[in-house]
Amino acid sequence: MDAPKTKIYGLVAEFETPTQIVDAANKAREAGYTSMEAYSPFPVVDLHEAVGFKRTKLPTLAFLGGLTGFCTAFSLETFTSGGAPSFVTPFLPDWFYYPVNIGGRPLNSWPAFIPPEFELTVLFASITSVFGMLLLNGYPRIYHPLFNVPRFSLVTTDRFFLCIEAKDSKFDLQGTKQFLEGLHPYEVSEVPE
Amino acid sequence: MATEVSHTGPSLRPDPQPPMVGGKHSFDTMTDKITSVIFAVTPKGWIFGFAISFLVLQVLLMSITYLLYEGIGIWGVNIPVGWGFDIVNFVWWIGIGHAGTLISAILLLFNQTWRTSINRFAEAMTLFAVACAGIYPLAHMGRPWFAFWLLPYPNTMQLWPQFRSPLEWDVFAVSTYFSVSLMYWYIGLIPDFASVRDRAPNQLLRMIYGILSLGWRGGSMHWHRYETAYLMLAGLSTPLVLSVHTIISFDFAVSNLPGWHATIFPPYFVAGAVYSGFAMVINLAVPIRHYYGMKDFITDKHLDNMAKVMLATGLMVFYGYGVEAFMAYYSANEFERDLMMKNRVFGPYGLFYFALIFCNGLMPQVLWFQKVRSNEAILFIVSIIVNIGMWLERFVILMSLQRDFMPSAWGQYSPTFWDISTYIGTFGLFMSLMFLFCRVLPMISIAEMKHLLPEAHVHSHNDSHGHTESAHGGSH
Repeated sequence: MDAPKTKIYGLVAEFETPTQIVDAANKAREAGYTSMEAYSPFPVVDLHEAVGFKRTKLPTLAFLGGLTGFCTAFSLETFTSGGAPSFVTPFLPDWFYYPVNIGGRPLNSWPAFIPPEFELTVLFASITSVFGMLLLNGYPRIYHPLFNVPRFSLVTTDRFFLCIEAKDSKFDLQGTKQFLEGLHPYEVSEVPE
Repeated sequence: MATEVSHTGPSLRPDPQPPMVGGKHSFDTMTDKITSVIFAVTPKGWIFGFAISFLVLQVLLMSITYLLYEGIGIWGVNIPVGWGFDIVNFVWWIGIGHAGTLISAILLLFNQTWRTSINRFAEAMTLFAVACAGIYPLAHMGRPWFAFWLLPYPNTMQLWPQFRSPLEWDVFAVSTYFSVSLMYWYIGLIPDFASVRDRAPNQLLRMIYGILSLGWRGGSMHWHRYETAYLMLAGLSTPLVLSVHTIISFDFAVSNLPGWHATIFPPYFVAGAVYSGFAMVINLAVPIRHYYGMKDFITDKHLDNMAKVMLATGLMVFYGYGVEAFMAYYSANEFERDLMMKNRVFGPYGLFYFALIFCNGLMPQVLWFQKVRSNEAILFIVSIIVNIGMWLERFVILMSLQRDFMPSAWGQYSPTFWDISTYIGTFGLFMSLMFLFCRVLPMISIAEMKHLLPEAHVHSHNDSHGHTESAHGGSH
């Protein structure tokens, strides 16, 4: 084949079953490819490990998000209600200090502060999980070179795709194409950038 | 090889054992069946139903407009009953929403496969029910344009909200609940938006759903993070949903009023919420599966399971009524006793109490019978009665306000035309949103449904030698 006139993003092989895509990804990883990704209509068990990815850090992020939420609610309630220790209160700005005496109850009525603390913990942790997931995945990204491959639209129905990207150091159009064809895919196509 | 990994704990891929998909379906026919509803010509029945709902929605708009013009004096509320239909309906709608979260989060954590086909519209139901609920406290403020005063923000008045008040807790609980439910629902929809995008018959639809899908491509690492986030949201929503109705019950239980000041309130409110919510899910599932031909996905087994959940939560609620009455007697507090034995049961709305016991306690006992659970018409009617019963429950609890301590301070509440029209109007809002949802969004989760098919499982290499060990790791 002649050298491509347009720059290419990579080569994509189409498979028909989840078993095939896991096998293909394992073989590609064992062959030394690193810049690749497998695409599927639904999450396939441990496919990300076959491709060579590690576990996501998302749970740690969500934990930190939840902790931030708790601290936010805790300090907000304690400081504005005048419940902070007396050596702290002189340093609080006026607008952040609003002690109200209700029937002689303590200013730092921490048990009554628990519900908002709980809610903000959940809220911040959820926001971190959702937006963390989207941002780590690089979404929103409406356009992607893979959408140039007409059959790639089947990835949301019933087909599985393995894409070896051109930026891989081992990538070479002829050799990689032969390698992918050796995996018995339904079809191998070039992905124009 | 990644095929020998044992899979413990809950995930998006439930155990494939119980066949929760009827008929013969492949990934392709399944995607087709669910997305085709969106691309099809608008059915006449849909136009008819939406038109009626939209008309009823106008009743809500009229009621709210007149309320803003005239003030809450148009309602029947006054001292001693400062809350009337507004709090009853608020609690009722929020409670209905809770079944959606229970189905989407708690049943996911318990690996219940049958939740898959009903979670999408149950979550939609949650959002719309919470939207309906949110109208009432805002309208009840009298000056809803100052609603933001409830939020903690630095202001020129140098005031802060009263963080010790259950009503302020409500602000945090309900707004968090709505936000988390919305995010949960949306990320569930992302892969399905991509399915719709890839099947869209024209450029415009492809663009709209493409933008909604955020460009989803289904990469393995994307799915991994997606599943992690989804599972974490389920784990976070589970205590959240319990906390929301607990806090709503605090609105009552934290006060000193006879009939309200009871520790049974939080658990019994949560059980009641799930009870009415499942009734509403059945009320929606029966027509949806009938009119859209989704009986392969929402099977009789689904209805049966939902009826069982209803029966279980119904018994908990009934137990709650018993404990309430017993504790009033056992407390030896004459105000509690008077309220429970005289005013609630034989007072001005005594008939409502007996109606409530019938609707929520006695009538649902028919769900013990398999014949009833498998008959969708009877199930539909039972669910409506349960929802009426749950509305009566909140009303009866609220009417404790009529007769508190001193008879000289007693009063009588009766709803006005505008109380009733606002309530009817929120049905218009709820149904209009539900109709729009069925028309433009995939009403069943496509990506998750695919897991229920046997083809979705990775087989190890031994398969060709006669072993049929699935990658799910020896759960057989």
